[in-house]
Amino acid sequence: MLNIALPKGRLGEKVYSMFEKAGYECPSIKETNRKLIFENQNKGIRYFWVKPSDVSIYVERGAADIGVAGKDILLEYSPNVYELLDLDMGKCKMCVAAKKEFRDEYVKVLKVATKFTKIASDYYSKIGRDIDIIKLNGSIELAPILGLSDVIVDIVETGSTLKENNLEVKTTILPISARLISNKASFKFKGEEIEKIVSAMKEQVENND
Amino acid sequence: MIDETLMNFEERSAYKLRSLYKKYGYLPYEMGKFEEYELYIRNKDFLVSDRVITFNDTNGKLMALKPDVTLSIIKNGEDTKGVKQKVFYNENVYRVSESTHRFKEIMQTGLECIGDIDIYDIYEVISLAAESLSNLSNNFCIEISNLDLVSSVIKSVCEDPQFVSKVIYCISEKNTHDLKRVCEEYSVNDADYTKISSLISVYGERKNVISKLNEIFTLPELERMAILSEMLENSLFSDKIRFDFSVVNDMNYYNGFVYRGFVDGVCCGVLAGGQYDNMMKKMNRTSGAVGFAIYLDRIEDLYRENDKFDVDYLLLYDEHTDLVKISSQVSKLIASGLSVSAQKSVPEKLRYKNIIDLRKKD
Repeated sequence: MLNIALPKGRLGEKVYSMFEKAGYECPSIKETNRKLIFENQNKGIRYFWVKPSDVSIYVERGAADIGVAGKDILLEYSPNVYELLDLDMGKCKMCVAAKKEFRDEYVKVLKVATKFTKIASDYYSKIGRDIDIIKLNGSIELAPILGLSDVIVDIVETGSTLKENNLEVKTTILPISARLISNKASFKFKGEEIEKIVSAMKEQVENND
Repeated sequence: MIDETLMNFEERSAYKLRSLYKKYGYLPYEMGKFEEYELYIRNKDFLVSDRVITFNDTNGKLMALKPDVTLSIIKNGEDTKGVKQKVFYNENVYRVSESTHRFKEIMQTGLECIGDIDIYDIYEVISLAAESLSNLSNNFCIEISNLDLVSSVIKSVCEDPQFVSKVIYCISEKNTHDLKRVCEEYSVNDADYTKISSLISVYGERKNVISKLNEIFTLPELERMAILSEMLENSLFSDKIRFDFSVVNDMNYYNGFVYRGFVDGVCCGVLAGGQYDNMMKKMNRTSGAVGFAIYLDRIEDLYRENDKFDVDYLLLYDEHTDLVKISSQVSKLIASGLSVSAQKSVPEKLRYKNIIDLRKKD
């Protein structure tokens, strides 16, 4: 039996339909109830929904053999897992954004508000800019508006929230998309099943292109 | 005769491994718990975690509770041409736990072969690594990579250190999609991309890996892999030993063959090792070294015997019970090979199979 951790929410639902089309359906997942785990014994799979940022923890610790996580989460937490496939969905960008009129004059330490402290630190250390990191857990866009920070480092999908709040993207750090990840030990002992899923999912990705 | 059932998992494993290593002429290496802190600060990247418990000795010298065993073995070992030192150890080390982020005492078992080593020694150490895991689980595997080969293939395409480190990271993640992006970023042509990506896509059964790679490139390191693979055919657990280039160790310390061991049911590697000639050079040694460490604490969970009883019999008595009756009952049970705990009341945490109640009933 292969345990698969799916991220809760819109992305997770899209990912599940990809698994379904790839031949790994599990009809019980669509029933409305409070069940947490959904199993298709014939296919040898068991799905469960978890918070998107927790998928990599479930996979790294072996509670799930495989799972789907955003590249942002993988870069932020660097879990010790295999990253087997780019699902080419849930696409967005990790960006530096600020008020439209903001210009970095490089005269003082830059105040950066973000949920992604590691990604932000790595980026600014690469360009040699001193920063003061302000870790926030939500509503990041508020920080520059209220003067809490000079800039924010956050995920931008369409950019409409930024626009509505008089903010704009200053730099794109990297593109983000959903990735299929695997626990390293599971790959050693359930490698054949995992490879089959990866290749079926790869076909789905290519069909979507 | 030693009754292994009386031992806990760590003791039992250490006992089995000790007799295995002795068979191959490895000598026990015992050491103190402290080492000068300077040794670790100079080689902190070699350690699993760079955080060390330190204290000032009575002479003012900064000391550390050992976070690692290998560095001490190298430091105290001989460095004479033609001499080989084969040792095994079973020592407590003090490290920050990956899960709790607090210091933890960890039992580490392993072996090192230091000195004038050759491919036979590498074969012997890898075979012993496999045999060690066979003592701990029926379903295990050892995956071997060759860092010299990985490095030669990548550097033949582009020597930029940033490119090399990005590519190695992708290989360690079996990540072909980001490898493609990195190659595009550095304008690597398709043929070279295929060459590098074969280090991700080709893995598994040893002969198969060698023959597939032989079709893609010719390198002296591949010949060494073929020799090692052939030697391993004689190993007891040849079918459990595979090639996989996603095993990556820090190239500042390691070189040549590196390997990782996995046990079914444990979410991460339980054995790690390889050749560390580069580390030897850093410590001004002229000879080479190969070894491995087993993380018994990671396997322990597999053997948590929740259903086990503490004793076969709980014998209850009170102040009115005939004392001779108690002692004769206990002796009788012990003589028949059973365990017994004589108590005046039922202990809250004691797990017993049967109960004998000798208390006087009113």
